[in-house]
Amino acid sequence: MAKYIIKRIVMAIITIFAVASVTFFVMNMVPGGPFMSEKAISPQAQAALNEKYGLDKSLSEQYITYMKDLLHGDLGLSVKQRGRTVNMIIETKFPVSARIGGMAILTAMIIGVPLGSIAAFKRGTTIDNIIIIFSTCGIAVPSFVVCTVLMYVLSLKLGLLPTYGLTSWRNYIMPVMALSLYPSSYIARLMRSSMLDVMGQDYMRTARAKGLSQLVSIFKHALRNAVLPVVTYLGPLLAYTVTGSFIVEKIFTIPGLGSEFIGSITGRDYPLIMGTTIFLATLMVIMNVLVDVAYKFIDPRINLK
Amino acid sequence: MSEYLVNIENERLSFFTPAGEVKALNDVSLQLREGEVLGIVGESGSGKSVTAYSLMGLTAYPGRLIGGSLQFNGHQIDQMTEKEMRKIRGNEISIIFQDPMTSLNPVYTVGDQICEVVMLHTDKNKSGANERAKELLSLVGINEPEKRLKQYPHELSGGMRQRVMIAIALACEPKLLIADEPTTALDVTIQAQILELMMELKEKLGMAIIMITHDLGVVANMCDRIAVMYAGKVVEYGDANDIFYNPSHEYTKGLIRSIPKLTEKEHSKLIPIEGSPVDMLNPPAGCPFAPRCGSCMKICLREMPPYTDVTDIHYSACWLLQKQEFEKQQAQKGDA
Repeated sequence: MAKYIIKRIVMAIITIFAVASVTFFVMNMVPGGPFMSEKAISPQAQAALNEKYGLDKSLSEQYITYMKDLLHGDLGLSVKQRGRTVNMIIETKFPVSARIGGMAILTAMIIGVPLGSIAAFKRGTTIDNIIIIFSTCGIAVPSFVVCTVLMYVLSLKLGLLPTYGLTSWRNYIMPVMALSLYPSSYIARLMRSSMLDVMGQDYMRTARAKGLSQLVSIFKHALRNAVLPVVTYLGPLLAYTVTGSFIVEKIFTIPGLGSEFIGSITGRDYPLIMGTTIFLATLMVIMNVLVDVAYKFIDPRINLK
Repeated sequence: MSEYLVNIENERLSFFTPAGEVKALNDVSLQLREGEVLGIVGESGSGKSVTAYSLMGLTAYPGRLIGGSLQFNGHQIDQMTEKEMRKIRGNEISIIFQDPMTSLNPVYTVGDQICEVVMLHTDKNKSGANERAKELLSLVGINEPEKRLKQYPHELSGGMRQRVMIAIALACEPKLLIADEPTTALDVTIQAQILELMMELKEKLGMAIIMITHDLGVVANMCDRIAVMYAGKVVEYGDANDIFYNPSHEYTKGLIRSIPKLTEKEHSKLIPIEGSPVDMLNPPAGCPFAPRCGSCMKICLREMPPYTDVTDIHYSACWLLQKQEFEKQQAQKGDA
């Protein structure tokens, strides 16, 4: 196990290095720059700015400097948000997104797993059909539509919830609902199909032949086997969701990391692009390791090498 | 209580599929006394397993019992609720399945899976169940039971897993053990060991066994009674001598002809039964075996043959026997 973890850490470092390098060069290949769009900027000012952020140097020099800083955990200075480091931006914005994203995933699990299991258990009935329709819609409807509909109904028509900001717990309800709809639908579908598969397994017949009730055999014998695909999906999903959703954050005016992601690209904020991308990649790698370890605990047949 | 441990009378069971009703069992009647071994033989889809599962109330969706009476040990199985059935399953009737590789839950230890059934049907607590599990593993011939209890199914061989399945089945000393092709998935030497173990345990515990198989060799050695099933019907019933030395149904004869013999010359061919099994969605009006039967008569295609007694305990459903019977009677009349 220890050997496995060390191996995974080495692989993670290589992965993150590759992500950083590719992002760096691709980002610089795209035409334009951080100070192109601003009007009436004198050539002298432009040169001064370039010098300040090290953009006057050759690309390879910039790359080496960046990688050196990265090794020290320094993600550099934001070009667009004057005076703020990328580390600072991530430190302040990430907790906001992580809180909403985490709640959304928790909600998705609480809704998706039982819903999928019930659908499998009641396959072919009206309940199953309703769950299938719900989950198909949940996957198909884009999040801006969900956000808008939620806002229209819950805030505008019923006046129940605030539409923006993050001042009380009531502010969290709509963003969490909007964010959890897709994953809960997806988990329900995954769970349904894997549950159906598990329910057809011979050991389920053995459980019934022992005299266990349907409920006990499902809870004890099926769930643990059926949840594996959901765990696989959960790792990357968690990484994506806690780093924030651009659309949901924009619509509900939430100061999260998701908006920084998109904002950094449109504004050509090179260090911020690099910082957020590396941050997401790191989270993704960590999640994948956690998923593998979780696998080992759920299914004893899995051997971590 | 009746003289039989198991008494199935005219059981009819169908699977209601989108394509139509599949009549899996048509008037199946079988009896079994305490401590006896009944072999049910027949090809795939003949209804062997369906009969056995229905006795445990484990008919798979979309199957449904539509007629007949099933009695077991004084219980009227066909009228019992699911809750009542649960008390019997794993307790008075147990089953072992064909494939020990997939019949154990991969994510629980062997000990957990044995203890589960012990704790369900007895008052034993966790440690008591554990003791019993150890006892059971020794009983089925697994050494180092202490160590095995903590292992997962994937750490055991196929034969070992089937022994664990048998241990689970015998945990509550059932009156009846159903063995659904218990050796099909095992290699030959292990097959012999498992069958031997089953017979040994039968002697020790005095349970009855229903042995479902398509291996005639298995039934010849083990069974007191043999039922040959074809297309959801018992076509012939008798003891091992009757079936092997005096088969009276054309299907049974065909089965016996198709057994490879040691005495045969090296390149002599096996004699298969020609044709293919009946389409159970559209079963023929007459004898289901008629289209494949070498001695088929006109009546065979029109009408289902009734049972003809060959001896007291040997009967068979074939028009040829009815014809012989009729001719015998005519001859007797002539003599008189």
